[in-house]
Amino acid sequence: MKITAEEVAHVARLARLKLSPEQTEKLTGQMNDILSAMDKLREVDTSQVEATSHALELTGAFRPDEAKASLDRDQSLKNAPATDGENFVVPRVI
Amino acid sequence: MELHELTLSQAASLLKKREISSRELTQAIQKRIADTDGELHAYLTLTPEQALKQAEAADRLLAQGQGGPLTGIPAGIKDVICTENVRTTCGSKILANFVPPFDATLVARLKAAGMVMLGKHNMDEFAMGSSTENSAFGPTKNPWDLKAIPGGSSGGSAASVAAGSSFFAIGTDTGGSIRQPASHCGVVGLKPTYGRVSRFGLVAFASSLDQAGPFARTVEDMAQVLSVIAGHDPQDSTSSPTPVPDYAKALDRGVKGLKLGVPKEYFVAGLDQEVEAAVREGFRVLESLGAEILEVSLPHTDYALPVYYIIAPAEASSNLARYDGVKYGFSLRPEGASLMDMYLGTRSQGFGPEVIRRIMLGTYALSAGYYEAYYGKAGQVRTLLKQDFLDAFKKVDAIICPTAPTPAFDLGQKVDDPLQMYLSDIFTLSCNLAGLCGMSLPAGFSAAGRPIGLQVLGPHFAEETLLAVGHAFQQATDHHQRRPAL
Repeated sequence: MKITAEEVAHVARLARLKLSPEQTEKLTGQMNDILSAMDKLREVDTSQVEATSHALELTGAFRPDEAKASLDRDQSLKNAPATDGENFVVPRVI
Repeated sequence: MELHELTLSQAASLLKKREISSRELTQAIQKRIADTDGELHAYLTLTPEQALKQAEAADRLLAQGQGGPLTGIPAGIKDVICTENVRTTCGSKILANFVPPFDATLVARLKAAGMVMLGKHNMDEFAMGSSTENSAFGPTKNPWDLKAIPGGSSGGSAASVAAGSSFFAIGTDTGGSIRQPASHCGVVGLKPTYGRVSRFGLVAFASSLDQAGPFARTVEDMAQVLSVIAGHDPQDSTSSPTPVPDYAKALDRGVKGLKLGVPKEYFVAGLDQEVEAAVREGFRVLESLGAEILEVSLPHTDYALPVYYIIAPAEASSNLARYDGVKYGFSLRPEGASLMDMYLGTRSQGFGPEVIRRIMLGTYALSAGYYEAYYGKAGQVRTLLKQDFLDAFKKVDAIICPTAPTPAFDLGQKVDDPLQMYLSDIFTLSCNLAGLCGMSLPAGFSAAGRPIGLQVLGPHFAEETLLAVGHAFQQATDHHQRRPAL
């Protein structure tokens, strides 16, 4: 599969990245090199193979439903770029 | 011998006998940092006052005859691991001012065991890279040769332990990021089994592959550190409830009667001749100690790289969506900017080129129309790769092979060719995909004086086997005793 500059620009939008025309061009070439190496996987017959999403088969890590201490508001807001003292502040949405 | 040349265990013995204090030891290593780190750049942040306070607390314990093997020992932590009230940047501009309000579980455990934290180690941005050149704060250099990369992504940790600017370090390994730099810097690096060490407080890269583990100069030291950080954590639901053995007890098991498998697919074109010669000599040493060396086959080896470079970026693209300029970190929001402007500006200017490349690859692999062909297919081939290892481990106790295909390359040599850079992890990726444990041991030097590593891979939760093999190897060799001339 070949990826075009238009597709690269589309993927960048999905990923919330703004690329310059030079970046888009460079990435298109690099992604094509990398993706052509990935195409090697097509050689493998996986028609009878289940996918692995996790290497170890751990199931259901349950714990009692108990409230525990967590970060307080001041701590949670400490690293925020902008707050009003109680909330994270972001540019106007609506 | 100077204090910074000691191993962790030697330093601990002097502390216990009160021949030195932790304060003296800490100041000696702080001086070593001052002498070497201008050139090496292994550290991103130093915490000198906190370190001396921890040293004094350790001295009080030691004076009462209390404390354990890590009490009063100075160490460094990779900057992808959260440390309470100490800046944690992940080597990224986007987290340049992030100060975590909590400790990662493994850091809390090390502090409870009496570690003296010297500071935070340099790394490839978000642990994506094999040379530490992707750090937003400039590369780390290899203490054996300042023209060479230290490996990556935990290059600062490996370089620091090699240089004597920490007695041990904690790194993370998603596709080789502990073992490959350990190999390039001539130290021991261990990636535990997936789930053996809590990931709580590790900034996530690829959650199904990430695992933290120690760097040390000897396998004996490795056992001490692993014993502290291993174990179940209720705050990480993927951490394993499997009981933690006393790793130090495994050291003297020896290798007599152990079956060690050499994967034939790893000795192919692209493997450097000096690396091959050094690891084959290592195999001969293990055989002379009583191990049985057998050939094994891992038939899907050629697919590890494509599987990894689909799965890891896919997981990363999702994990890194959290850097949006709202809750923490860098935020670009000029007057009049919309929410979307803030997202786009923050992420495009906050992330470096390799992180952007991986977010792009991962987003593409997960996007509508391509998901099955890339992510779906990679997950299926991952099953086959894992099965290769499970089959091999029916015949052998562990696998022995090179850690990296070449000794450390030069700084700048591969920065513009991502695919070439990715190939430096060709022997380490499968271990993460299959969730296995793996360790790199110093096994020699190239003619140019750059270290070479021998890798031992074990089944799930077979860290004791790795330690037994590694300790036996170090009792019979002296590669780990050489120190760089810095």
